[in-house]
Amino acid sequence: MITLSNPDLAIAAVLVLALALLSARLQADVSRQLLIAAARTAIQLTLIGLVLKTLFANVHLVWVTLMALFMLLVAGREVMARQKRRFRGWWGYALGTVSMFLSSFAVAVFALVVILGDTPWYTPQYAIPLLGMLLGNTMNGIAIAMDRLTTTAWEQREIIEARLMLGQSWDEAISAIRQQAIRSGLIPIINAMAAAGVVSLPGMMTGQILAGAPPVEAVKYQILIMFLITVGTGLGTLGAVSIGSRRLFDARQRLCLDRLREN
Amino acid sequence: MIGPVSFSLDAGECLCLSGPSGTGKSLLLRAIADLDPHEGSVWLDGTASDAIAPALWRCRVGLLPPDSSWWLPRAIDHFHDGQPLSLDSLGLEPGLLGEPVARLSSGERQRLALLRLLANTPRVLLLDEPTANLDPASTLRVEAVIGEFRKTHQAAVIWVSHDPAQIARVANRHLRVSGSELREQTVEHNT
Repeated sequence: MITLSNPDLAIAAVLVLALALLSARLQADVSRQLLIAAARTAIQLTLIGLVLKTLFANVHLVWVTLMALFMLLVAGREVMARQKRRFRGWWGYALGTVSMFLSSFAVAVFALVVILGDTPWYTPQYAIPLLGMLLGNTMNGIAIAMDRLTTTAWEQREIIEARLMLGQSWDEAISAIRQQAIRSGLIPIINAMAAAGVVSLPGMMTGQILAGAPPVEAVKYQILIMFLITVGTGLGTLGAVSIGSRRLFDARQRLCLDRLREN
Repeated sequence: MIGPVSFSLDAGECLCLSGPSGTGKSLLLRAIADLDPHEGSVWLDGTASDAIAPALWRCRVGLLPPDSSWWLPRAIDHFHDGQPLSLDSLGLEPGLLGEPVARLSSGERQRLALLRLLANTPRVLLLDEPTANLDPASTLRVEAVIGEFRKTHQAAVIWVSHDPAQIARVANRHLRVSGSELREQTVEHNT
């Protein structure tokens, strides 16, 4: 592997700076955002690099768990922040976070123990990247699906109530909206799988190849990861949307949109 | 707003409810259909609303809101048992059922929504200004169809209306919102 020096990175940074200047001249109004985001990337990734270095040097379940929890809580906040309307109170945070926890952690532990089978199973070199990829994708799926669910329910409240008035159960009355929500949560990963290798070379595989891994081995890992991500995203989305759509109704199956608030 | 009130209704009876806008007539109907959380209780043939499944209650106590909602492309898709029978008596062409709902007039949609509700054969009909979008001829047809349904199925009807002439045509009883109370009015039949 070719090791990068700081001047190497500086050259790339200058390119970003040039882009910012160019867009400022065209009054594109994104230069500021561009520079802040670039700075965040540099700082956040440097920090995580140091954290991972320490983590790899001190292999202990407690540290791995703490790291995983931190990632989960940040992802949970992100899911909540990305919804136009979210559930009031602790539901708003817990619904996405618990769904992510159940799906991502279950899939990650299953893959670590059953498929990879390293000793110890929580070896951070595998556990943290795997969980990171799972959480990131599951977070996207759940955020998109929940946003779709609550926004559509809000817009179509008259239709939902009309269906209730005609004697349909909450389950029937919300079924079409729930379907759309689940679909929209799963579309990104389905597209990613369909385009993998043809339109795009997935980042993880590319990374392994850059690091010198044989392409066929890198491809096997990528297939494994894609499948795990799909299952994690799918289960998390199904769970969050199922529980979320029930939560839109009370015990007497009345539509309760006052359980939502605008973000 | 209508305060704590209590009233009862016999099978086959038609109770008209009138009064200024914003006094809670629609909310009262929504509470009876158990669509909003409410205090007090509603009984039908000795069964309280919260003693049976909500969907079953709303099948028996059918609410017709002032604006109808449709979620499938064509009107016919909303009828489980095929074409409704009373199209003709409401002055509707059978072809309308196959048209995209968006292309129907609000009056046509409103009459189809009534048929959609009657297809459930509810024991109680809650009608929230059912003829607000209709011309006089259609209004009379709707009144006749509801009257027929009421007689055939001994259904009780609560009918929100602002039109004294309509109330005189359809009501057995008339309650008027006055402050927070419902005042019983004498019904003058002009038939």
